[in-house]
Amino acid sequence: MEDLKRTPLFEVHKQMGGNIVSFAGWEMPVWYTSINEEHNAVRERAGLFDVSHMGEVLALGPDAVKFADHLIANSVSKLELNQICYSPMCNKNGGVVDDLLAYKFSDSKVMLVVNASNTDKDFNWIVSQKGNYDVELTNISSKICQLALQGPKAEEILQKLTNFDLSKINFFHFEELEFKNEISAIVSRTGYTGEDGFEIYFSSQVPGKMWNGIIEAGKDEGVQPIGLGARDTLRFEAKLMLYGNELTDDITPLDAGLKWAIDLDKDFVGREPILKEKEEGLKRYLVGFEMNKKAIPRHGYKIVEGDKEIGWVTSGTVAPYLKKFLGLGYVPYDKRKRGNIITIDIRGRKVEATIVKTPFYKKQYKK
Amino acid sequence: MKFTKTHEWIAKVGDVYRVGISDYAQSHMNDIVYAESEADGSEVKKGERLGTLESVKAAEDFFAPIDIKVIAFNDILADAPETVNKAAETDGWIVEVEVMNEGQLDELMDESQYKEFLSTLE
Repeated sequence: MEDLKRTPLFEVHKQMGGNIVSFAGWEMPVWYTSINEEHNAVRERAGLFDVSHMGEVLALGPDAVKFADHLIANSVSKLELNQICYSPMCNKNGGVVDDLLAYKFSDSKVMLVVNASNTDKDFNWIVSQKGNYDVELTNISSKICQLALQGPKAEEILQKLTNFDLSKINFFHFEELEFKNEISAIVSRTGYTGEDGFEIYFSSQVPGKMWNGIIEAGKDEGVQPIGLGARDTLRFEAKLMLYGNELTDDITPLDAGLKWAIDLDKDFVGREPILKEKEEGLKRYLVGFEMNKKAIPRHGYKIVEGDKEIGWVTSGTVAPYLKKFLGLGYVPYDKRKRGNIITIDIRGRKVEATIVKTPFYKKQYKK
Repeated sequence: MKFTKTHEWIAKVGDVYRVGISDYAQSHMNDIVYAESEADGSEVKKGERLGTLESVKAAEDFFAPIDIKVIAFNDILADAPETVNKAAETDGWIVEVEVMNEGQLDELMDESQYKEFLSTLE
């Protein structure tokens, strides 16, 4: 068996009572107290996540932005400095290699943040696309610790730890700043929960100082550590994509409803097949649905019409905050309308569901 | 109370037997959000699927500890499946059953044997 990797905070998680499981080659806490409880702590107060398993790839050089524009579907050249975009990174067929965040530091420096499970695959793919671009590509994942502080109290808590006015960081923007504990970090107003909050990148040499500092600073606000279980349910309620579930090598950004995250006006890997798909019409579409009676749709269950398989469930659970039996899945494009009834094969039992508006959960916060 | 290696328990409560999952099992499943069992008087043989418990993350079957006939489902679980988390070995019982062959109970572990079995799993 392959050796499991640990983030620099592994011992801290164990001390704090984290229930450790293996995830994508990493030993990570799946929950500390309970997924439902942690989920709602983030919706109502604040939660701290160790997401150091995420991958970071640095593109440095005169062509960094040009290369990023070629590599990913969204536009990096249109970003302001210190702005971030979410983007699919496509293969030559228009399918998704991964989804990522692109941080634009300057015209010659871009950082790509990719999924833990895909870091090696992504880095190889990124390097293979380099061609004649004048850019140096480095996988800096192991040197970076990444924490996410999410929830309505996130800013209040983090502000105690820095003199930099965090209210100046707008949604999907970032700053390089110093904390009072002398840790230099990249701080972005981004996240994977549907709440306001920050993602913080800093040297993996000093993980405990930052983690414990935030836990201490947020005591009165009720901050608590959050495991991967709630990370998944939080992103699910907010209909944020999970690679391997909603996105795969065979799914295009259009299928997944990510038209807003691609820029078809510029050239990028996978653009041609996506343009063709757009012209010919989509075959399938990602929808959200609510079960018409108590039954839990799960990743991989079939969506059926009689005995015929017409689609599949990508994610589903009893949503911890909304307390509803919800799922996401792909259906034929002409069946995607809200209010349509679809049938899910739940371990041999056929249960009806209604297509509903997504995201299931949407909070108004600073943008 | 007797236990299986698949973490079900069976115990006599008054005149009937009840079946549930152990406290160890519930703590490993975390938040239980749905429970089901076809309590329709059918016979279920030892080791066969007796029903399904679902946590936020996954669905897990549980199995008949011995040959039984299922009489009733614990109605509390329909609205409050988290009762299994709170009281797995008492109020969080899942089905009431009729035991077909009491002799089979001797094949199961008692509490101290089960504890010892758990210590081999960590």
